[in-house]
Amino acid sequence: MIRFEHVSKRYDGGHEALANVSLEIRHGELLVLAGHSGAGKSTLIKLIAGLEKPTAGKVWVSGQDVGSLRQNQLPYLRRSLGLVMQEHRLLTDRTVYDNVMLPLLVTGYPPRDAAKRVRVALEKVGMGTFEKAMPLTLSGGEQHRVAIARAIVNRPSVLIADEPTAHLDPAYAREIAALFRSFHAAGVTILLATHDDTLFSPYGARRIELAKGRLLA
Amino acid sequence: MSFLPHGMAFRQALHRLAGKPLSTLLSALVVAIALTLPALSYVLIDNLASLANGVTGKPEISVFLKKEVTAEKAQAMENRLRADKRIVAIRFIGRDTALKQLAARGGFADVTGALSENPLPDAFILEPGGEDPKVFEAIRTSLTAMPEVLHVQLDSAWVERLHAAVELGRWVALLLAALLGTALIIVTFNTIRLQILTQRHEITVSLLLGATRAFVRRPFLYFGLLQGLLGGVLAWGMVQGLVLLIAPRVQALARAYNIVVDLAGPSVWQGLALLVFAAVLGWLGAGLSVRRHLHDGAVD
Repeated sequence: MIRFEHVSKRYDGGHEALANVSLEIRHGELLVLAGHSGAGKSTLIKLIAGLEKPTAGKVWVSGQDVGSLRQNQLPYLRRSLGLVMQEHRLLTDRTVYDNVMLPLLVTGYPPRDAAKRVRVALEKVGMGTFEKAMPLTLSGGEQHRVAIARAIVNRPSVLIADEPTAHLDPAYAREIAALFRSFHAAGVTILLATHDDTLFSPYGARRIELAKGRLLA
Repeated sequence: MSFLPHGMAFRQALHRLAGKPLSTLLSALVVAIALTLPALSYVLIDNLASLANGVTGKPEISVFLKKEVTAEKAQAMENRLRADKRIVAIRFIGRDTALKQLAARGGFADVTGALSENPLPDAFILEPGGEDPKVFEAIRTSLTAMPEVLHVQLDSAWVERLHAAVELGRWVALLLAALLGTALIIVTFNTIRLQILTQRHEITVSLLLGATRAFVRRPFLYFGLLQGLLGGVLAWGMVQGLVLLIAPRVQALARAYNIVVDLAGPSVWQGLALLVFAAVLGWLGAGLSVRRHLHDGAVD
């Protein structure tokens, strides 16, 4: 499903974020990518989404070499991925409903069916009654749920989350972890980058660890 | 091809325009003012051209007779001229009549009154057929050769000069249109630049969620088009209003020259052309701005 072949990434300033990383994430797998801040977890996610290009090596997603995709092909790759970024990136001038609707608008989904999908996604993350709320009136955990709803509304085959439980109190963090568990149970491939992997160990997730851009054995 | 994304982008652009009415109105006014000057010039030149075309069909040849030519000789000459197939109309103006006409013109009464004798000659005013300048010239040559003739004046020269002036005016109007059209593009370019800056977060998120560049670009392009169109509508109104405002003054001036002028505003086709021109330039300005500012760095 996702394969890294001897991938290195060095940024313009000379900082090496990833060094000769090779890994494979199989279809339907729940993978926890552990590592401290600055270990290279976010860079790895950006390489999968085509937000960065590898300096060396190849990144394959669903049989496509991401680094060789043209600018006009990248949107279609991103639509197959559900991305939950660490800082939510919700649009604060739009309602919860409109935020979750955005991926469907972007893909030109028929409006009538889109409304149903948005409501289903919000129900799945337990935010069904917050449709008309504005993001800034929600707690951090609720905002995170909305971001997850936005990531799953397109029914992606892969769900990728960067620090999904960061800055959340333990109760909220457990709820979020349980949500990802339920998506995995439904057959979605999941990649979770986190510095605290204890939350996911009860779910039988495979764990790999990054340190200073290198994959630890 | 689905028109759904276009409909959505169009609504989004309308929403953005309606969301900031004052800013929209000010931008549209700037566009309108930039368009009004060349459009008004063009309409005025067009009126002048109509006036020139109205007189082009009747070039006249003035034939001034020598003082010693008697009435009988003048009559005989008129008969000869009437036999000439190249001439369609002949009018005789006796020297006394010519003096009266001169005196009737504003400012000349005192001058003619002070004259001890009438210095004006008898004259024929001929109207040649057709519109071929070579024929006019041939008639002039044959008239000049007649012994009764003092001087022949082909009165089409001023019409040619008028046409040249109209043509020059058209060019000036076109140059103004090019210059101020560029200003319109710059105004739209800057408006869209500011919009991209304020909506950077939304653009980044959309691209992250799989939006194509075309999807992000479209609302800005429609915004430019609509802003141009709105400016065009205002400009059409302004030109029409200005024509109404200056028409009485132009008519008063024309009356002083014994010319009847009915100043017309832009025709429906001219108005529609103005709208298309404004919309296309708005779209172009937006396109250039999006191309310049919506680079890859939008996603980080």
